[in-house]
Amino acid sequence: MPADPRQTLPAHPVTAGASPTTEPVAVRAALIVVALAFLALFLVLPLVAVFAEAFRNGVDAYFASFDDPDTWSAVWLTLGVAAIAVPLNVVFGLAASWAVAKHDFRGKSLLVTLIDLPFSVSPVVSGMCYVLLFGAQGYFGHYLQSVGVQIIFAVPGLVLATIFVTFPFVARELIPLMQEQGVSEEEAALSLGAGGWRTFWSVTLPNVRWALLYGVLLCNARAMGEFGAVSVVSGHLRGQTNTVPLQVEILYNDYNFVAAFAVASLLAGLGLVTLVVKSALEWRYADQLASGRRH
Amino acid sequence: MTSSLDATYAAPAAPGAPPSRLKARMSATPFRTPSAVPGFGLALGFTVLYMSLLVLIPLGAVVAWAASLGPTRLLAILSQTQTLNALKISFGISLAAAAMNAVFGLLLAWVLTRYDFPGRRLVDAAVDLPFALPTAVAGIALAAIYAPNGWVGSLLPFKVAYTPLGIFVAMTFIGLPFVVRTVQPVLADVDRELEEASATLGAGRLTTVFRVVFPTLIPALLTGFALAFARAVGEYGSIIFIAGNIPNVSEIAPLLIITKLESFDYAGATAIATIMLAMSFVILLVVNLIEAWSRRRLGHAR
Amino acid sequence: MDLKIRDVRKEYGSFPALNGVSLDIRSGELVALLGPSGSGKTTLLRAIAGLEIPDSGRILFGDEDALAKPVQERNVGFVFQHYALFRHMKVFDNIAFGLRVRGRARRPAEADIRKKVLELLDLVQLKGLENRYPAQLSGGQRQRVALARALAIEPQVLLLDEPFGALDAQVRKELRRWLREIHNETGHTTVFVTHDQEEALELADRVAILHKGDLQQVGTPDAIYDEPATPFVYAFIGDSSSLPIEVRGGRAALDGRALPLGSVDAPDGPARLHVRPQDVTFVTPGEGVALGRIAALRRLGAFRRADVEVGARRSRIEVRLPPEAVFAEGEEVGLAFERFAVFPAEGAPSAARAA
Repeated sequence: MPADPRQTLPAHPVTAGASPTTEPVAVRAALIVVALAFLALFLVLPLVAVFAEAFRNGVDAYFASFDDPDTWSAVWLTLGVAAIAVPLNVVFGLAASWAVAKHDFRGKSLLVTLIDLPFSVSPVVSGMCYVLLFGAQGYFGHYLQSVGVQIIFAVPGLVLATIFVTFPFVARELIPLMQEQGVSEEEAALSLGAGGWRTFWSVTLPNVRWALLYGVLLCNARAMGEFGAVSVVSGHLRGQTNTVPLQVEILYNDYNFVAAFAVASLLAGLGLVTLVVKSALEWRYADQLASGRRH
Repeated sequence: MTSSLDATYAAPAAPGAPPSRLKARMSATPFRTPSAVPGFGLALGFTVLYMSLLVLIPLGAVVAWAASLGPTRLLAILSQTQTLNALKISFGISLAAAAMNAVFGLLLAWVLTRYDFPGRRLVDAAVDLPFALPTAVAGIALAAIYAPNGWVGSLLPFKVAYTPLGIFVAMTFIGLPFVVRTVQPVLADVDRELEEASATLGAGRLTTVFRVVFPTLIPALLTGFALAFARAVGEYGSIIFIAGNIPNVSEIAPLLIITKLESFDYAGATAIATIMLAMSFVILLVVNLIEAWSRRRLGHAR
Repeated sequence: MDLKIRDVRKEYGSFPALNGVSLDIRSGELVALLGPSGSGKTTLLRAIAGLEIPDSGRILFGDEDALAKPVQERNVGFVFQHYALFRHMKVFDNIAFGLRVRGRARRPAEADIRKKVLELLDLVQLKGLENRYPAQLSGGQRQRVALARALAIEPQVLLLDEPFGALDAQVRKELRRWLREIHNETGHTTVFVTHDQEEALELADRVAILHKGDLQQVGTPDAIYDEPATPFVYAFIGDSSSLPIEVRGGRAALDGRALPLGSVDAPDGPARLHVRPQDVTFVTPGEGVALGRIAALRRLGAFRRADVEVGARRSRIEVRLPPEAVFAEGEEVGLAFERFAVFPAEGAPSAARAA
């Protein structure tokens, strides 16, 4: 029996006539135009502006912006911080989702709510709590000074602040998916004699690889682009504790607009790549990503 | 399930001890349901350790610092004019921006879910731009566009950049995806039969949309509004470039926190941070309440 | 209000949902549209309501062209399989909805609306539940609210789309009986769609059977059961088996041998003889209509069922036997047919009879 085509009809094509459950063509067209205009004005224009301003004085000026050694230090620093923060958060995400999705315990929902915490906390407050802990006048300030360890206004502070704001990303993608997938495959592997680690590597990980990639992508994009939290702990020492976003701010405040936008275009490019890969993953592997994800 | 298992394995009652029935009930809900899957201790232990060290204790530091100041001192700090104004600006403009996003986010969600037009997929992906673009990048771009000599700024008879209006524009930018992404799945789930029923009962299209469809979207819309609001209040990077950052006029609370930190006024910074943290928790609570209420009142699908 | 449907056609892309269906429904009648999935019955119902627009054909409510009006103006009461109640409104507001959305000219006063809603709640036996929300009602209760809501607008025609499909078997039986009572009381012209033949035969004044977009037969339940017009109707209603035969000169023949069945109303050529399990009896081999060999014997509920092979091609027919019948597998038996029907073989033209 052929499937009832009525149930597989897509959203109402803008050119089709009216039907009892949709608006007249003119209304539809008008709504679409208004919505797109809003989107273009508020969201797309900034993206376009970044590249337009970066190339304002021509291609040569664009590339000249990268002759600055401070900019290069910022790039290496950003890469380094991300290289530490992202893997750590991946380990955390895997551990948390293993505990939450494959086991039953009291306080599970509290844990999951706490994992979402950084999303509700202002990035400035996120950075600030490390200042209160490790800053010169913080709780551990004197102790750290006495042992000569510097966290705030140094790289460790940057890493900590970055970890704080990005640690939910991987966990949030893995937990719902692993909960949906259940424990049956792991139980099957165990019954066949596989040990815990073997089960994890051979059974659990392959099942979540696309969600893991998705989470890593988001985590990385945020880690490299974070501004507010690192701004608080950084100290803005040129060439030393400036990540790429902070370097953009410095260039901009120095009225070095073309250079600022040129460096910003790196981040914008990263953002676009992230968006594209994200959409591709959603499109091709929708069934292997958690349904009902929230951003 | 667990309680009967435990009752089976509960030790037989010694004379004078409480009856085994009671003993079984006392250990009826253990911390963890026993299962064959290993690694629980390791996984949970690492998770809790990580979160405590990196998140809970640092946040606790803020709370502890605030507590050590005491409520009178906190209140005194918060009543300072500059602080009050910064909070008013942050909360006030965030509210306005979230409201704007509620309207246009709903429109966008409607258009994306219900209509098919060339480039729809592209537009759908574009909604995530504020998530993908780092805040500082968005910040300088917005400043450039709305500056008096910028693309949009030069077309308008009034100033946008470096005024509260600029803050509004930036907050609208970052909050939009929250509304769209919260409303979209709910809208997609709306049963067309409800609209058909409404039509058979004689309601015109506008009446059907406003009296039958929109009410089912209210919980999602409220949630999206709350999330957009929360995000806008705490946002820093996208806003400081386009705001004038003039104290009492266009200075947002996060900026004031940083200013106070840089001048080692930890007390002042903590006071403001406490208010913002409190608001975050309230928003989280409100969102959870909305979801619980809507689940109870509207039931699951069908 | 009587309903005239004339040669209605509807295609979805290349999928033909309705192939020129014509049907007359008298005022006050309760008609069932019966058929398997994809037969077009729901499409026809929705076309009457105005939820689908036919590609061609006419639909008349009395003398008025219904197709000239959009669904909002046709004043039909539609009851959906999954109730389609407005979840955010109380039962009272659901039922009152159709009255409240009317323009100022036609809208009754709020007091009158209240009176009407409470009357309807009484009619559908849900008195006292007006302040509940749909989520707090059972499936059967929700469907009754849906019916009350449709009745509130005093429709010209009442249309029900598999109204009991989503309910438990027991609730279904009760609501079936109850719907018939309501119909007798209110007298609306009613059309309902179902794939359950038992429901159609029990409830309807007349049954219209659709198959792949064609109207196969319209008639009273007795006519449908006792005088099926097409092989599909015969097979769809009740159990049946069929034998391939040849018709020559008005007489049926199996494997070249004429069958002692009297004259048969079918054109010459290949045909099929249809018979119901309960209309076949075993007689002495050599007597009766044909010879058969019992291939299998099974117990089926209160009866026994025999699969009997007949003819050179060893076609199988099902025979219903009383439980105390004693036969063995492999035994040869004679078959007597109390009742049967002969139709031309598939591909040959067959006229749908309307009664």
